[in-house]
Amino acid sequence: MAERSFKEEVKQLKLGAGEEFKGEAILAVTKALLQSGVSYVSGYQGAPISHLIDVLNDANEMLQELGVRFESSANEAAAAASLAVSVNYPLRGACTFKAPVGTNVASDALANLSSGGVKGGALIIVGEDYGEGSSIMQERSHAFAMKSQMWLLDPRPNVQTIVDMVEKGFQLSEVSNTAVMLQLRIRACHVYGSFIAKDNKRSEFSRLDALQNPVRDVSRYALPPFTYQHEHEKIEQRWPAAVKFIKDNKINEFFDGEAKDIGIVMQGGMYNGVLRAMEIMGLADVYGNSRIPLYVLNATYPLVDDEFVEFCAGKKAIMVVEEGQPEFIEQAINTMLRRRDIQTRIEGKSVLPMAGEYTGSVLKAGLQKFCIAHRPDLLAPDEPPQTNKSLPAALETLGTNVQGRPPSFCTGCPERPIFSAMKLVQREVGPLHVSADIGCHTFASLQPFNIGQTTMGYGLGGAGASPLSGQGGKRPVAVVGDGGFWHNGLVSSVGHQVFNKTDGVMLIVDNGYAAATGGQDILSSAANVETRSTQHPIEKAVRGVGVEWVKHITRTYDVAKMRDTLREALTTDVKGPKVIIASSECMLNKQRRVKPLLRAAVKRGERVVRERFGVDPDTCTGDHSCIRLSGCPSLTIAPNPDPLRRDPVTKVINSCVGCGNCGEVAHAAILCPSFFRASIIDNPTRWDFFKQRIRDAVIGFFQRRLERKMVSA
Amino acid sequence: MNTPLVDTRGASRIRPISIAILAMGGEGGGVLADWIIDLAEHGGYLAQKTSVPGVAQRTGATVYYVELFPKAAAREQKPVLALMPVPGDVDIVLASEFMEAGRAISRGLVTPDRTTLITSTHRVYTMQERIALADDRTDSNAFLKASEEASKRLHAFDMLSIADATGSLVSAVLFGALAGSGALPFQRMAFEATIRRGGVGVEPSVRAFNAGFEAAASGNTPQVKAVLPFDPQARDASVQSLVAPIDDQLSIVSRPIVSAGVVRLTDYQNEDYAKLYLKRLEPVLAIEKSRPGKSDELLTEVARQLALAMAYEDTIRVAELKIRASRFERVREEAVVKKGQLLEIVEFMHPRTQEIAETMPAGLGRWLLRTKWARALVDSMTTKGRKVKTSSIHGFMLLYIVASLKPIRPRSLRWIDETKRQEEWLAKVLEIAPQDYPLAVEIAHCIGLVKGYGDTHERGREKYDTLMALLPKLRERGDAARELAGLRKAGMVDESGDALKKAVAAIQ
Repeated sequence: MAERSFKEEVKQLKLGAGEEFKGEAILAVTKALLQSGVSYVSGYQGAPISHLIDVLNDANEMLQELGVRFESSANEAAAAASLAVSVNYPLRGACTFKAPVGTNVASDALANLSSGGVKGGALIIVGEDYGEGSSIMQERSHAFAMKSQMWLLDPRPNVQTIVDMVEKGFQLSEVSNTAVMLQLRIRACHVYGSFIAKDNKRSEFSRLDALQNPVRDVSRYALPPFTYQHEHEKIEQRWPAAVKFIKDNKINEFFDGEAKDIGIVMQGGMYNGVLRAMEIMGLADVYGNSRIPLYVLNATYPLVDDEFVEFCAGKKAIMVVEEGQPEFIEQAINTMLRRRDIQTRIEGKSVLPMAGEYTGSVLKAGLQKFCIAHRPDLLAPDEPPQTNKSLPAALETLGTNVQGRPPSFCTGCPERPIFSAMKLVQREVGPLHVSADIGCHTFASLQPFNIGQTTMGYGLGGAGASPLSGQGGKRPVAVVGDGGFWHNGLVSSVGHQVFNKTDGVMLIVDNGYAAATGGQDILSSAANVETRSTQHPIEKAVRGVGVEWVKHITRTYDVAKMRDTLREALTTDVKGPKVIIASSECMLNKQRRVKPLLRAAVKRGERVVRERFGVDPDTCTGDHSCIRLSGCPSLTIAPNPDPLRRDPVTKVINSCVGCGNCGEVAHAAILCPSFFRASIIDNPTRWDFFKQRIRDAVIGFFQRRLERKMVSA
Repeated sequence: MNTPLVDTRGASRIRPISIAILAMGGEGGGVLADWIIDLAEHGGYLAQKTSVPGVAQRTGATVYYVELFPKAAAREQKPVLALMPVPGDVDIVLASEFMEAGRAISRGLVTPDRTTLITSTHRVYTMQERIALADDRTDSNAFLKASEEASKRLHAFDMLSIADATGSLVSAVLFGALAGSGALPFQRMAFEATIRRGGVGVEPSVRAFNAGFEAAASGNTPQVKAVLPFDPQARDASVQSLVAPIDDQLSIVSRPIVSAGVVRLTDYQNEDYAKLYLKRLEPVLAIEKSRPGKSDELLTEVARQLALAMAYEDTIRVAELKIRASRFERVREEAVVKKGQLLEIVEFMHPRTQEIAETMPAGLGRWLLRTKWARALVDSMTTKGRKVKTSSIHGFMLLYIVASLKPIRPRSLRWIDETKRQEEWLAKVLEIAPQDYPLAVEIAHCIGLVKGYGDTHERGREKYDTLMALLPKLRERGDAARELAGLRKAGMVDESGDALKKAVAAIQ
């Protein structure tokens, strides 16, 4: 069950010609795929394209009607490999994943695909997670397009253009027998807008046709000697065909402007940002009418030489807005113009920063520099501010008071007790080398846990730890999530350690979903999913590849047991990898599932017990060691009600879901007696009431006695 | 085709309304953005929004960005709307929490010539603030001052308390405040209609919306509550008589502390214990008397620390606090137990042999700690923590019996140890005060390192002992008070005491 339900959005996928689609761009892309007559779609989730996967999962019935097969791929390599179907048959297909991490995983399949080329249109939709808020290393997908010779579309970030580029992308792919990457930046994926829909199309050639009449063309194999031919094909046939299509179909856009001796070239994805910066500076109006001629590259690879030559004619300088590094486009333009001996000056990274996101202020500064150098007359004088307030004064007052808010485990997260336990074990055995992985558990690397040395990629935690195989009484620990385990970890981490007889500990965090990407189901999900085969135990898989020492903890909130199991794994005489599977359901998903059920039960008059935790402020001494071992968002601080104490007390706020971790930690770490669990009983039974009356009578009597003693003392 | 430009910089130019929403994951920022979109689309505007959810939804901070543009002005050409806010170019900033308002300001999204800032003044503390060993909260007054200085108009009030009172979320209060601020060209009715169209939790949302509207429309100047949680003027009548003899020697600062100390110790043991407390304070009073016209900083700090030290948290104290009727009532309130619901309370306790021995009469306690087999026996019974259901008769009586040991507490091992430590500390303060008053104050502070239970308490004591052992050395070097203060702060940096060890090494 994914984090978000897309039942409403699925209705929009059915819209017919002329109707207006309203929604996020990434959902519009899904609709565009259906309008383009795809036969199959595959993908691996991850921001910002998780919604595409989720909506297709929710739309399964409708996809079947259209004859479209949707596959939740094991990983990005599997997603890319599915495009193999378009190599021999006129079947349109698409795959999607997060870039560049997904592209890295997929690159083997993509290189093979690019070598032989495709017959049916093949579209690779990559969600670019670049810039502020990104959770991954900052690299460019452009390099992948260049190295494998795939075409790269980078459309203007409005829903209509993005949808158009999906359709054009398939055509481009077919005329040039090359897979096409459609690059969508994170904000563009989540932009809300609208477009006029077309009818969904059913592929004329069906998947059944392919199965019944298999086509074999050995020259499409990525095998010598064909690979040598493919390289020539790429340059001599596919490239010119692509360039011709881009030109003929006006994929790239020209916007005229009065300052004809200069111009701006930009990646399509940069368009809205550049235009807003220009609008603020008085260089354009809000409708996109610019005073400087613009050349917008909706296709950033390959570039069209003729279009550049045309654009640069009569211009003394152009500015290239190309986000990220290296500056592949700028280098290419330089080569292009030098070869033709065109003397237009190319400003790009000379006026814009080489690295980092091109935000509004960065773009403004770059445009300013460019105009000062080449057309200072275009710049209007700055208006003096009409206020006596001062932003610098405000900033000075703020000082260092604004602190970061790095992501951390949610309230009630079952992964928190695992790392609380690990922190406790480290108190006994000393600091551990922990090879981390990708997933929610990566948050353990931050405060308050500070656990983990580095991460090398999805499912690679075990492989990253292996060279430090146990010595001198110490063992390396590796953490792999269930998402990473099925993505790659079973082979690359567990299998790898078994084969190499690694003396280490592998902790597999099993929360029932690919939680970090939005709660998608995986092989070991506890849920019974109609369209997928789930409930395959991780333990069976681990034992299947040869691990002998496996412990399965089915309630991670038992901190003491977690700690003891970790200690045992770190100290046992057993050789080879020691695997601990720590299973408890992702609390975010559990709450989403359970909350409505409980509410309904209360309404029906059933007895329901709801638990939450609390801290007694009069026994809490405000040292916050409980927070340092937990970090739960519901475990916070509050002013100390005691006039004698200064330090804030710990407080459990209403968002507490009663997972019990704080109480268990207090027990396991022997912290303090301030934690209590409050059970609130809805619709109590007669027996409950009866018990309560007796308790009230007895306890009340002694409480009054206590009070009298206090007064008389 | 060169379309003639409209006046791009003049006053008549039409511009989108830009709105940035700063919220944390799970706070309803997305719902708020959706409401604004719906409101605008029904009000004749084109609307665009974007966000970067990603991992930010796991308790991180997120910016939602919305742009609105009048349909009537769109003509046949659609406007080009931006996907992220440009500093200096944002009309409205909505912040769900006060530090987030500060973040908006520090990112340049709030500017004095343009921005209406609507923010809640409550705090959601950061990890850094929460994991501190003592008090590391940021100053909300800084956020208030910066908000006033950076914004064109400011609407700041505690929206969380309104949300809690109305059973809704901060986002609904923000939406009301947005309507009440008059910053958008839509009527109040239109806002409300939007909430109703949403169809989820409508009534609580509307209540929160209305409260937010009124608060913003009334335009009250915001106030950040003082950090002091108690009224320094308040006096407890029952302690009047005890404090009376020294009352005229106390200042406005020390009086409430001394009174609170007397109340605490009467409650902790009995009136005689409170008298002992006052007697111990007498020499400090004398020192203060000898420095007329100066602050009674030493008295205040010694009075505070001594009361806390004398009312140390032993098993008897904890048991007593847990079973009081007033405590049951507090839990009932905190857990929001409604009529027809029942409440059960379970305590998470983990007394170790150490704590058990300390509660025993001194001789017996020492014997237990010393005698291997006895200790092993008790250890084996206390390896696991205990969950005590104080709302059941059995659990309640268990703690009641422990609390009943109060009369014999003065004979307990812990009492004897604590008394010795308190007297040593006090003697040190008194010895140094006449020679180096600031250092004496600093020594008084140092005992505050000792707090918490179990390991935490022991580590605190180690730190305290380390500092006291260094005293002669510090005094040789001069400016001992400042150096000791530095070391004490280092002791607060981490639990393990590594920072303190480094600081000590730097001195030696």
